[in-house]
Amino acid sequence: MILKRPFFWIILVIAALFIYAPLHGNNVSLREDLILVAIAVILTSNLNLMIGYTGYVNFGHIVFYGLGGYIGLYLATVRGWNLLVAAVVAGLAVSLCALLFGLAILRLRGAYFALATIGILQAVQAFVSNFDLWGRSTGMYLSFDAYQPLGGAMRALWITYYLIVAVMALSMILSLAIKNSKFGLGLFAIREDEDAAIVLGVNTTVYKAIVYSVSAFLPAVAGTFMFYKNGMIDPSIAFEFMMSLEGIVMLMLGGQGAVMGAALGGGLYEKLRSYLLTSPTLSNFHLVIAGGLLLLVVLFAPGGLIGWFYRVLPRARKVIE
Amino acid sequence: MSGILASMIDGLLVGAVYGLAAMGLSLIWGVMDVINLTHGSMIALGMFAMYLLFGAIATNAYLLLVPVMGAGLVLGIVVYWISVHRVVGRPMLMSLLSTFAVNMMVIGIGTAIWSTSPYNVNFSLPGITIGAYTFTGNHITAAIAAVVIALALQLFLYRTRTGKAIRAVADNREAAELMGISTTAVLTIAFGIGIALAGTSGALVSTLFPFTILSGATYQLKSFVVTILAGLGRPFGALLAGVLLGLLEGVVTPFIAVSWIPLIEFGLFVVALVAFPQGIFGRATT
Repeated sequence: MILKRPFFWIILVIAALFIYAPLHGNNVSLREDLILVAIAVILTSNLNLMIGYTGYVNFGHIVFYGLGGYIGLYLATVRGWNLLVAAVVAGLAVSLCALLFGLAILRLRGAYFALATIGILQAVQAFVSNFDLWGRSTGMYLSFDAYQPLGGAMRALWITYYLIVAVMALSMILSLAIKNSKFGLGLFAIREDEDAAIVLGVNTTVYKAIVYSVSAFLPAVAGTFMFYKNGMIDPSIAFEFMMSLEGIVMLMLGGQGAVMGAALGGGLYEKLRSYLLTSPTLSNFHLVIAGGLLLLVVLFAPGGLIGWFYRVLPRARKVIE
Repeated sequence: MSGILASMIDGLLVGAVYGLAAMGLSLIWGVMDVINLTHGSMIALGMFAMYLLFGAIATNAYLLLVPVMGAGLVLGIVVYWISVHRVVGRPMLMSLLSTFAVNMMVIGIGTAIWSTSPYNVNFSLPGITIGAYTFTGNHITAAIAAVVIALALQLFLYRTRTGKAIRAVADNREAAELMGISTTAVLTIAFGIGIALAGTSGALVSTLFPFTILSGATYQLKSFVVTILAGLGRPFGALLAGVLLGLLEGVVTPFIAVSWIPLIEFGLFVVALVAFPQGIFGRATT
């Protein structure tokens, strides 16, 4: 049972810390920092289901986040739905899209799939940029009244923060649950040797489509909350290819395949990135540094930080998953 | 009607350049099973190399293709040793990510130097006017240059010892090694040629359209579509498939907004992958 895994409780403690830290002294700037970290952890954890567990690179992972943001924002503001309902519906809708896409492109193996995911990102972006209902390339803006249902903008910011932290915890719990399930074993089998997995009776096409669809759900929900909080969305922000790529850097840095690795990479890289972006000399080179980091990790430490940690402390594998 | 015809001919000419770009990708993919994600950034570097060279030496821009190609070869060899050599033969995920990392670095440096604003190479050759339509000299010359380079590559691969060694390694690396071919040298040269082709096609594109440091990504997507259409490791097929893609673009551009083109190309990419896994010019391999 998942409740017996010590790491489950560690996740809850992390989430509690995320909630407690900015509340203490009403620290708004810390909250804004942590919300970015939480988003990074959500994206990386769900990407980990594809890259780390199944061995399929998804270069267009951000498409779930952006599309979820669009659908959720449209439902919550234009249609006036409850924010939570809108987010969940957006998540389901994006998961369904992913399932349909997945059945089409997951017939492709390995690298071909990775290329197709770039195409999906560009295709969806092209579609949304030409879609009248969602404001084409100018996107959608929220008026100040949009925050009334949550009791004003000030409270809405805090509420969305809690919601995003909750999604972060759910992402990590989802990763943990899949890792310890039969479904997860099937995914690992696909990662190690897809042909062998087929021979052993794993229905790889279905498994891949399901994990692709599942990895879409929570990013889409988080996208709704985040873009609602930001009050605006447009295609270049929602489908920023760079963010998709940085997700991969985060995952490799932290250590693919491990729940904590994904979270650690997401958190650390996000801090590094905000430092680089605000530093006057290095802001132009944050891409170069990210690329350099990725190259070093891929060439010399494919296990990432968590892989190194496991080597130093092999027993930690049981606790830090 | 004649408007569409003119647009098709124009597409055909540009398509030859797409084909040349795809040949670079196809060669590397076929020889070492590495999907070279630096392709787009190398195309972009080719564009800027042409821009800088033309700024320094105001001569016929197409003569400058020679130094661009040479620089591409050297750069390709350097990139091979930095990022590819350690991951050849490992799972494809690793080479995807390592070439991708180089791509990020090149784009990062390029953005810092040139920002993302558009540049163009201010050079034009007299064109040919037929009726109400003019085909610019640049389009015609670029297409001819692309075809000549493609033919030269074909001759190189089939008529020279090194070219034969490259094809042998692509077929079966272990057997080639047993026959005394130094695979490391062959892989290095093949990667260098691949990058040189990418850079040259970028230089050709720069004489046709304005470009930014990010333009390479567009041509990278086209290269993937073309490579898949042609089938792997068929450089000359890539040229034909490129012309086909250009023709298709020429047919559709009068009717739809340009922003839809990536969508169409991606659709074509997936259809080609699923329906023609061996490429439209490929034959079933055993």
